[in-house]
Amino acid sequence: MSAAIPPNPSLPPNPSLPPNPSLPLRLDGLVYRAGPKTIIDGLDATIAAPGITALIGPNGAGKSVTLRLIDGLLRPDAGTVRIGEGAPVRRAFLFQRPALLRASAARNVALALAPLGLERRERAARTRAALARVGLLDRADDPATRFSGGEQQRLALARALVGEPQLLLLDEPTASLDPAATERIEAVVAEIARGGTKVILVSHNLGQVARLADDVVVLARGRAVEHGPMAQVVFQPKTAQARAYLKGELPWTAYAAAS
Amino acid sequence: MVETLAESVARLASLDREVVAIAWLSLRVSLTAVLVGALAGIPLGALVAVVRFPGRQALVGLLNASMGLPPVIVGLVIYLLLSRSGPLGPLGLLFTPAAMVAAQSVLVTPLIAALTRQIVADAEAHLGDQLRSLRLPPWRRAGLLVFDVRFSLVTAILAAFGRAISEIGAVLVVGGNIDGFTRTMTTAISLETQKGDLALALALGLVLIGLVLLVNAAATILRAYAVRAYG
Repeated sequence: MSAAIPPNPSLPPNPSLPPNPSLPLRLDGLVYRAGPKTIIDGLDATIAAPGITALIGPNGAGKSVTLRLIDGLLRPDAGTVRIGEGAPVRRAFLFQRPALLRASAARNVALALAPLGLERRERAARTRAALARVGLLDRADDPATRFSGGEQQRLALARALVGEPQLLLLDEPTASLDPAATERIEAVVAEIARGGTKVILVSHNLGQVARLADDVVVLARGRAVEHGPMAQVVFQPKTAQARAYLKGELPWTAYAAAS
Repeated sequence: MVETLAESVARLASLDREVVAIAWLSLRVSLTAVLVGALAGIPLGALVAVVRFPGRQALVGLLNASMGLPPVIVGLVIYLLLSRSGPLGPLGLLFTPAAMVAAQSVLVTPLIAALTRQIVADAEAHLGDQLRSLRLPPWRRAGLLVFDVRFSLVTAILAAFGRAISEIGAVLVVGGNIDGFTRTMTTAISLETQKGDLALALALGLVLIGLVLLVNAAATILRAYAVRAYG
């Protein structure tokens, strides 16, 4: 059987990474309710490996909520999120829809440096470096609202990177982008992960998961039902829920497996 | 009717000094009140939109309801505070332009706060998670959201100006319509109508409408320019 989705050849396979203070990331018995609905229902997972961990699963499985619980945007009704050994970890969150202020690109990026209390010159230098990383340095002074969808998301990514996060949370970062824009975002994300940042990626794009992820957690109805290396979970899922999801999302892997 | 109108236009054309003085006082009082209302109302509205605290919903309801505060009652309360036997009596502000500014400020502050809260709350639905995930303190988030909706807030400011410049109850009660001192456009129009000088009343009315149009046009042009420049 040949792999239906070839891994991105430009990525070195699982590079050796420096230790990351956000690991191990432990989710213990997480419960989160929204009104009468239980979104996260006793979720247990331990993410110990560096690189990129993908959270996949059907709509309503609780992927985005899990990401928000990890970031602390939401508080669990029960259970705990433990990030590393408890020392403060620099975190950044990239949302599906870029939330930008009506201000210049540079100002939007510099915003993320506000809580760090840096000097003006240092802030400007870091802002320029982050914009350069996503290929938007020449547009630093343009109003962010004039950017295209792909450029806006790259700008939001620059804002997420500028604080040099040790833990980067991505919530369907390319869901509304075209393939070229998706490729640019993926290239930067892969590079960040190679630099030692732990990345947790929520995605419905299984091609993207296959290209980027080192390991994959499958969520169903607010629980983690399967967790393992990317190739194993995506191509040889063990649980019925994971199989059902992968089959529905990606009929042609099933054909590939059958042939 | 036609005669009255002709005479009004004639008086306008000669730019009657009295009319100019009255118009200038009205404009000064209402613009100052709107400035005070913006300085107090915008931060208040933005913080109510951003910070979660017990009793927030009740406060929002109260703010929204106080957009409809009757000017004459605001005037009465300020009158009681400023009257000689009132707690602020020693300041000697009753029947001065300062008293009128105070009354109109009380009138427009909740209006600006309530509209700001709604505008900022809408922006917070879009940007709130992002700003929280940047770990910015509430006052900073409120400030950034106000900055983001700055062009929409122009409309709230204009609504407040419209309410201030066109009201009569508050300025009449605390100002007293003193000739040459606290007489505004609205109190003068009311007085001249009762006295039967309809030409003057109409002339003042035309000036009042002209002023409102002028201020709105200036704000709209500035806003359009700023939007073009800063997205």
